[in-house]
Amino acid sequence: MSLEIIEGCVNCWACLPLCPNEAIIEARPHFLIEPEACTECVEAYATPQCAAICPVEGVIVDSLGVALNPPGSLQPQVA
Amino acid sequence: MSASILGSPLSAGGCSSARCGAATSQTDQLPASLQQRFQDHPCYSEEAHQYFARIHVAVAPACNIQCNYCNRKYDCSNESRPGVVSEVLTPEQAVKKTLIVAAEIPQMSVLGIAGPGDALANPGRTFEVFRELSRRAPDIKLCLSTNGLMLPQYVDEIAAANIDHVTITINCLDPEIGARIYPWIFWNHRRVQGREAAEILIAQQQKGLEMLVARGILVKVNSVMIPGINDEHLKEVSRVVRAKGAFLHNVMPLISEAEHGTHFGLTGQRGPTPEELKNLQDACAGEMSMMRHCRQCRADAVGMLGEDRGSEFSLARIDALQIDEAFEQAARQRRAEVREAIHAELEAKRATRHGGKAEVLSFTPLARGRPVQMAVASSGSGVINQHFGHAREFLIYEASSKGVRFLGTRRAAQYCGGEVECGEHEADNTLARTIAILADCEVILCSRIGIEPWRKLEEAGIRPDTEHAMESIEGSVFAVWRQMLESGRLDVAPFADQMRA
Ligand code: SF4
Ligand code: SF4
Repeated sequence: MSLEIIEGCVNCWACLPLCPNEAIIEARPHFLIEPEACTECVEAYATPQCAAICPVEGVIVDSLGVALNPPGSLQPQVA
Repeated sequence: MSASILGSPLSAGGCSSARCGAATSQTDQLPASLQQRFQDHPCYSEEAHQYFARIHVAVAPACNIQCNYCNRKYDCSNESRPGVVSEVLTPEQAVKKTLIVAAEIPQMSVLGIAGPGDALANPGRTFEVFRELSRRAPDIKLCLSTNGLMLPQYVDEIAAANIDHVTITINCLDPEIGARIYPWIFWNHRRVQGREAAEILIAQQQKGLEMLVARGILVKVNSVMIPGINDEHLKEVSRVVRAKGAFLHNVMPLISEAEHGTHFGLTGQRGPTPEELKNLQDACAGEMSMMRHCRQCRADAVGMLGEDRGSEFSLARIDALQIDEAFEQAARQRRAEVREAIHAELEAKRATRHGGKAEVLSFTPLARGRPVQMAVASSGSGVINQHFGHAREFLIYEASSKGVRFLGTRRAAQYCGGEVECGEHEADNTLARTIAILADCEVILCSRIGIEPWRKLEEAGIRPDTEHAMESIEGSVFAVWRQMLESGRLDVAPFADQMRA
């Protein structure tokens, strides 16, 4: 069970210090999640921490490839 | 204010109103204890920024909120010009870089952590740098900038680390307005969106401000002026934050080029015109001065304001250099000497400003004559010493019967978005854009200027003047104004107004 960071990640660092398992790696061309280390935060938090702070839609996905922040989800709700 | 100060271009002595001071002395109006704390600070003292240098180190990459004027590919736009990317340093690298820079640039007096994300979203890294430097370079002042979300939690640590200046970016007090600026924040391990996010952020900022002031830590507030969203509201923000004890309120213009890919940039939200910005800054300037010379420097800026010597201190070079206790000791010694020399020079200048000289011209009746805006090309030390074509920014002054007032700086076109995006523009285009930037100025003072720009500037009603090369800025601005008054040129409306009519 693990999440994955895919292309589109802007290497903003926001997720890295939040991971309870230090599963996030400062890699290039973009940051990565070490699959063996990631627990999807299930025991630690109500929601995966990396996905809760990531500013870019669609770049953190689950094992089925479904985006945790789907298109439109991070857009301003007010004009 | 007595008429006697009018004649002396360097004088602001005796006047307690923030509105009439000569350019070099806005901080003269602050209590003596505060002046003392500012006098070496290039970002807060207009005088000091000509002599002292600062360094920002990019150790804090993560951020915990989203602003509609920020694209997270780049550095935080509160603290930097949009579209800039800083190389992230480890705390060890940042400490070493600071010590090396402070040895090679002994005018170094301030270290700031302002990003490239939020200093307090990276508390471990940020405080490690502060702790280490307060031990190894205690003469260097420490400051940090934050969006304020985590401020209440870290106020005690800030006080313990001996940080004397904190900058909070506060764009609103009203959550309705906040919801139009901040789409979400990261709070208590989850993402909070919309109005609730703005409510939390605003409450944390205000609480943090109050806690810092209560601990005697200087607080400056930055606001980004977003026309149609918070422009009117910022007057209220200014009043409230100053009432709570912020010593400076600095209004910065929204920069929203579409190519930076920010929400505002992509949705066509425009930034303020220079005139709108100036009007708001004037409306917000109360008893205390606004920081008009702020350059929105980048998170890894090195050097005097308006210059960036960061390229001289590349990571490769920093890593390769070895430093030891003797090196640090010698650098501290050198900085102490340089600081003393600068203080002596500033003391002498202040004495001139407050003293004698004033009476000499006191009989000159100068009550007539409209104010004139002028642009100045200067690379520092308070003199006109730069070639028009080399200027990366212009200092804007207003001369009137009340004396000379510093209004702010404007970036020259060639430098608009940093060298990266717009180094390749053709000369004509750049000149036209510079002329547009200076449209409300009637004179441009510089040390030299090419024939072509001279002609184009004159055509646009901006008269180039190189007569005052190497002379003091305020003195020259005032002399030019007086010349205009005496020759009757102030009886006619400025060129820009004639064009509009
Ligand atoms: S889901 Fe949780 S454990 Fe997995 S990488 Fe993200 S923060 Fe780390
Ligand atoms: S928060 Fe998102 S964009 Fe930023 S580094 Fe992590 S995965 Fe990449």
